Amino acid sequence: MSDLVKNIIRFALFIFIQVFVLFQIQPLHRFVIPYIYFLYILWLPFRIPRVTLTLVGFLFGLTLDFFTVSPGLHAAACTMIAYLRPFLINILIPQEGAEQNYKSPSITSMGLAPYATYILILTLVHNIWLVLLEWINVSGNFWFFLGKVLATSGISLLLILVTELLFYRKEKFRTNTA
Amino acid sequence: MRNIFLFIRRYFNFLFFMVMQLVALYMLFHFNRFHEAAFLGVASKVTGKVNEKYNNIEYYFKLKKANEALVKENEELRNRLHENFDVPDTALKMFRDTVAFDSLGHFRKWAYLSAKVISNSVNFQNNYFTINLGSKHGIRKEMGVMSPSGVAGTVINTSENMAIVMSMLNIQFRLSAKLKKSGETGAVFWDGKNASYVTMINLPKSMPVNKGDTIVTSQYSTRYPQGVMVGTVAEVVDDKSSNFYTLKIKTATDFYNLEHANIVQNLFRDEQKKLEDSIKTNE
Repeated sequence: MSDLVKNIIRFALFIFIQVFVLFQIQPLHRFVIPYIYFLYILWLPFRIPRVTLTLVGFLFGLTLDFFTVSPGLHAAACTMIAYLRPFLINILIPQEGAEQNYKSPSITSMGLAPYATYILILTLVHNIWLVLLEWINVSGNFWFFLGKVLATSGISLLLILVTELLFYRKEKFRTNTA
Repeated sequence: MRNIFLFIRRYFNFLFFMVMQLVALYMLFHFNRFHEAAFLGVASKVTGKVNEKYNNIEYYFKLKKANEALVKENEELRNRLHENFDVPDTALKMFRDTVAFDSLGHFRKWAYLSAKVISNSVNFQNNYFTINLGSKHGIRKEMGVMSPSGVAGTVINTSENMAIVMSMLNIQFRLSAKLKKSGETGAVFWDGKNASYVTMINLPKSMPVNKGDTIVTSQYSTRYPQGVMVGTVAEVVDDKSSNFYTLKIKTATDFYNLEHANIVQNLFRDEQKKLEDSIKTNE
């Protein structure tokens, strides 16, 4: 399956899971909102141009916004992580040229520790930006903001861990003859 | 000029990111004006169909709870029937006709339509739900929406077959309500915290309020008939420095299980609004 088709299917699947499974769960606490949809952006291939990446992030977030009737909220957060992603990959990638040898970020392509850092930082950025924008609209206190960021990020990381274990992505090593 | 182009080319990625971010933020903060034109129209067209299909499946799992709520509502309505009330002097027996006008001058002010909720959210600070009736069925903006057990929201946009309703669990939602036992009015809104509780403010301290007192819609609301259940008092916050109570109210509507809704149409709304607007323009 080509990368494009695969990613289009993933796009629909992530939105579907987020809207019709995770958002349907009755919240455990008002701090806890299970977000996993942004993993789609973290899984996009290395080779995608940066402008396209930002645009894909925006459109992906906007699609979710259509379902939650919150125009711009998720789009802003997704654009943010899509823009920051290449910088982070440049810093974290261990050996020279790994982004040419592998298709997309994963444990095999980046190594466990860098990949975990990559996930952790972008999850935090996504949730901080998202909760901040929501928090500005409501006059809550600072502890509300902090608690929500931490609780939401915790749940997100847990969900990502489960997803990574369930859907183990095999990354083929590509030689540079191709 | 050349330098400007060089600058743009060099920082194109960053500028593009800024533009996208600003578009998103503009949409977010101008939602009230923006939703009129573009967003909700597209949203209900695209997501409405998906939501409807999903709801068809989900509906079966909630049938039991929906049934219980409807039976309860039936019981309440039966109790309100005029046949149940009798005046001691039989010559003065009163009853009300349901025909729009009768010789005594009673007229119909509120009309009801029943709808199904096809998508719903309680997770966010601004929650909305979608119903399966639209402009084709006579639904218009600003109509009140009730669940079988109480107030649920206000219609804010319609497409041909669907309408989007601002849920009571939306920080922009405001409602005029009163204490059922004594009739003091106040304002009800949601503080964005717990989906089972709303807040009521500006209730004068002239009457003691107890836990468990019933709060209903007031006569000042143009969206709901008076006396529709809002909820019961769960906590009285007695601020000594103020002349008003702040109440925490348990909502009558269970927003986690919203299946059926009644849309209330105020048949005199246009007339009232026109009259009230005429004063504003004269000022």
